[in-house]
Amino acid sequence: MTINLCFQIVVVNSITINKYICERINNKNFIMVQSENLIRNLVEKHGNSRNSLLPILQGIVADENYLSESSMVEVAKALDISSAEVYGTASFYSFLYTKPMGKNIIRVCKTISCKMAGKQELVTAIEKLLKIKMGETTRNMQFSLIETNCLGWCHKGPVMLINDEIYTEVSPEKAVKILCEIDPQHLTNS
Amino acid sequence: MKNKGLKKVDIIFDCASCEPLEVIKKALSMKPDEIIDQIISSGLKGRGGAGFPTGLKWKLAKEEDNDIKYVICNADEGEPGTFKDREILDVVPSKVLVGMAICAYAIGAKEGFIYLRNEYNFLLKDLLPLIEKFNQNIQNLGLDFTIKMFSGSGAYICGEESALFESMEGKRGEPRNKPPYPTKAGYNGKPTIINNVETLVYCSMIIRIGVEPFKKLGTTDSRGSKVFSVSGDTAKAGIYELELGIGVDEFVKEFGNGDTKAVQVGGASGHCVPRKDFKNKIIGFEGIPTGGSMMVFNSSRSMYNVLKDYLEFFEEESCGQCTPCRVGTQQLLKGIKAVKHGEKPSSYLNQLLKLAETMKITSKCGLGQSVHNSFSSIVKNFREEIIY
Amino acid sequence: MSTINLIIDNKKVSVEKGQTILDAAKKVNVRIPTLCHHEDLCVAGNCRICVVEVEGHNTLSASCATPADEGMVIKTNTPKVRNARKDVVALLVSEHNTQCTTCYRSMNCELQELSAEYNIDNNRYLSVLKPDIEIDRSSWSIEKDDSKCVRCQRCVRTCAELQHVNALTVSGKGKDMKISTFMDLPLNEAVCTNCGQCVIHCPTGALTERRYYDKVWEAIGNDKKHVVMNTAPSVRVALGEMLGYPVGTRVTGKMVTAMKRLGVDSVLDTDFSADLTIIEEGHELLQRLKKVIVDKDESVKLPMITSCSPGWVKFIEHIFPDHLGHLSTCKSPQQMFGALTKTYYAEKKGIDPKDIVSVAIMPCAAKKFEARRPEMKDSGYRDIDAGLTTRELGHMIKQAGLDFTDLEDGTYDSIMGESTGAGVIFGATGGVMEAALRTAYEIVTGRDVPFDNLNVLPVRGMEGIREATIKIENCLPEWSFLEGVELKVAIANGLINARKIMDEVAAGKSPYHFIEVMACPGGCIGGGGQPIPTNEEIRKKRIEAIYAEDMDKTIRKSHENPEIIKIYKEFLKEPLGHISHKLLHTTYKKRNRY
Repeated sequence: MTINLCFQIVVVNSITINKYICERINNKNFIMVQSENLIRNLVEKHGNSRNSLLPILQGIVADENYLSESSMVEVAKALDISSAEVYGTASFYSFLYTKPMGKNIIRVCKTISCKMAGKQELVTAIEKLLKIKMGETTRNMQFSLIETNCLGWCHKGPVMLINDEIYTEVSPEKAVKILCEIDPQHLTNS
Repeated sequence: MKNKGLKKVDIIFDCASCEPLEVIKKALSMKPDEIIDQIISSGLKGRGGAGFPTGLKWKLAKEEDNDIKYVICNADEGEPGTFKDREILDVVPSKVLVGMAICAYAIGAKEGFIYLRNEYNFLLKDLLPLIEKFNQNIQNLGLDFTIKMFSGSGAYICGEESALFESMEGKRGEPRNKPPYPTKAGYNGKPTIINNVETLVYCSMIIRIGVEPFKKLGTTDSRGSKVFSVSGDTAKAGIYELELGIGVDEFVKEFGNGDTKAVQVGGASGHCVPRKDFKNKIIGFEGIPTGGSMMVFNSSRSMYNVLKDYLEFFEEESCGQCTPCRVGTQQLLKGIKAVKHGEKPSSYLNQLLKLAETMKITSKCGLGQSVHNSFSSIVKNFREEIIY
Repeated sequence: MSTINLIIDNKKVSVEKGQTILDAAKKVNVRIPTLCHHEDLCVAGNCRICVVEVEGHNTLSASCATPADEGMVIKTNTPKVRNARKDVVALLVSEHNTQCTTCYRSMNCELQELSAEYNIDNNRYLSVLKPDIEIDRSSWSIEKDDSKCVRCQRCVRTCAELQHVNALTVSGKGKDMKISTFMDLPLNEAVCTNCGQCVIHCPTGALTERRYYDKVWEAIGNDKKHVVMNTAPSVRVALGEMLGYPVGTRVTGKMVTAMKRLGVDSVLDTDFSADLTIIEEGHELLQRLKKVIVDKDESVKLPMITSCSPGWVKFIEHIFPDHLGHLSTCKSPQQMFGALTKTYYAEKKGIDPKDIVSVAIMPCAAKKFEARRPEMKDSGYRDIDAGLTTRELGHMIKQAGLDFTDLEDGTYDSIMGESTGAGVIFGATGGVMEAALRTAYEIVTGRDVPFDNLNVLPVRGMEGIREATIKIENCLPEWSFLEGVELKVAIANGLINARKIMDEVAAGKSPYHFIEVMACPGGCIGGGGQPIPTNEEIRKKRIEAIYAEDMDKTIRKSHENPEIIKIYKEFLKEPLGHISHKLLHTTYKKRNRY
């Protein structure tokens, strides 16, 4: 009977594992289908010529935070160019990421006027709060911290851009406040 | 070269002179050649930094025999220390649209684009509905011209005209070989006028208020006024429209805090004017040109750090296709670090100065060609700070 | 046509409007050094080596990219120009792996030549070579070493303009700018056809073929191993370029002697299996024509397309995976040769096939991949153990210390060493088609092809796509279904042209019955394994040598090759027969398109 029970447990576990694998595959398929739909909509909006490439890539990044390998392949299919051409173009531009990025991308200006206004203290405060270093992404994929060149607010530095929102004259305290407002759940706990 | 006193001007931001449709109507009542003649007569030169005579540019594009022509507004403001185009697009965007429409009428273009850097996406919220309305209105006035937005994706070099076209064509923003120039073959290989935001506003104002108010300002080679963005060690950081041709000393008198050691005119691609030269340099095309960036440094600042910052900027933003710029920027940066840390003797700086000269005469585009400006002016005037 | 008059180094010159300063300089024999410029490719203007002084200009102008203008006064060698060039070369050297002693392209490297000319070493500037660059050896065919890249982008332009495969791209910018594949994947994971055109257009050792000659030396030095080498037709008209002969010299005899002197046990001719390919493929074509015209069999695909170019085969597997039925099922001559070496040859010579090392010398980079395709072991062993390029053979001959020009002419060994003119013309674009027609026409009509001296001129030439129509009349009774048929054939060379042809086929609009496709411009004589440099003039001369070799052969039709007649009689029995199918035919694999 023990053997029977063990067998049943093994069988049940196999079924559970298979179901888990199916779910993972389905999820992956689901994500891929979502991507395909997104790209199809972007192509409808912007066209499928080479001139449409940048708007399409921007649209994918706006939705998915970065350009995955599969999304770049889908774009290549849609525009009938090679995937290498898509990647080569995307990798030129600092806003078209080809590695996974957080939902909120914090870009701190590192040009000389902002450096003179105290950019380093700002960076240190953010690194401390988010427990990441410059260039990294938080484990919960909420925040990425990167340095960027002149953001065009040199008279009100230090400046940071979070996605499309601009924040000027950001002191370390102000930064903490802003980031906690964006993601209260995770940050106030830590 | 006459030193002008600092004079604040109010052509760009004066909103009372907005009435976009009135200016369009006025333009449409003129012949295209008349419009171009007015722009030429005004002496207006490009306000993005390169300073090409705007009227001549429009004339060349008009003379091209092609059904398809484009007008592109270069709003890819990325030069460190420059933030005046953002202000213009925020405060008086309709003047930019009017400038584009007048240009389209003058040269025979039906499509226009504003290439806006991605970092200024927050402007789209107000710009997009404004453009939609403007497009409708000018169609109603009988002008067949439509403006669309195009977003950049984070590349300083896309402010270079041919790199901008490449970007709009879905490619890497690598500057092209010239000739052919944009007026002959620009976006999609068609005759294209590409003008800076500020230039287009001046064009619309010249048509609105006439040539004389503009022409009487400035100097022979630097007619008119210009918008400057001031930052750094100054209590008056911000945007100012000033007459061109002012002396650097006048500028420092107004904006310095009494301890100004150097003024960087024109951002990382510009010239560093040391204290000893304030009196004998003027801000204008015949003196030290600028796209608007004015950075003020007081005596506590290390010019080595300033130069290092500029070189890191260029090393990163170079498109990388041509040897002198791609490798030269790396060599200059690595070189000054080596001299600072004693790994190379101070005489190595002379070799680097020669290298910067080579970059100036062999680089494929303005980025590589301009590195020499800041490099040589800072190294020559602040040599001790680089070495020790 | 308007003319532009200008002055270069005090010499007056006139050029057509649209030509560049570089074109004008060539006209008056003024040599301006270049690097990113290549005659086969569009202008880049990015290395800045070719800069010259133009009177009235503040900056120097790139002569390859600047159109000549009326009245221009140009100086190409002033101190200003020389100093600028020195700096540019020094900058390139500073981001370069300068270990020339271990570099495969040493003594044939354009950066090395420029450094020597301008007396530049790597002490002028600090090194900005990135540390820890890993060499990509994932591909069986091509090796990529970024530490030797001068970023001229010739490879990217080649893969884009000549081949339209676009496997290579430029990624990143500024100091991170480099030549990559999609996602910087290793080459074997990229959509790459292994054609090696990038390799022969690369000015340095950044892109080279995977080299296997060390393994071949080992096998030669091993008494227990019986090394068999077979040489493709294109090798004999190009090898001389590496060993002191002008372009287009036929060095067949000396090549054979040299290989024997290397210690190879048996030097045989791939042209033999080229003849064999004609027999098999010719019959396959006729069989398909019968099935389509007589049996109305819709499962049989026309046009039939040749399959001896492995770069082309991988191309169609990636880009047109649903149309593999158009490919002839025949293996390439190399692979047929390999399969027969370890069966027929081994049996006839009484050698245990496990002791045979079969080496193919090819003008091709893709053949290295082809040799390693998993299915290529119908003999029961790996049919071809190593594919070497013409260049590798040249190196081996140099390594053996042979004075090539002094060697006497030798002859191929037997068996599988005899060939006809039809076999040799495989090396030129249009050659396979011509060889096939010489045999197929005679099978069907009993007569020679209706062209003087069997030279089917309409299929020859270097244009990207050529076509010809041959009317079949007065057929033998067995082939009466072909009476009056206008056989339409096409020839494409260069993958950009292959794509055009295939677009038509995929759309169901192809008017042809039979198509020859070669991946490389010019055909195999322009292959990725041939001596470097390459250009149209060089390819033209090599093609002329191929046809000269054909004219000098006593037998010029594949089916008249006595060794071919013998192998069918004694071993294969009949074309497309059971043994042929096992050893000489193959299958293909669908691959990812993007």
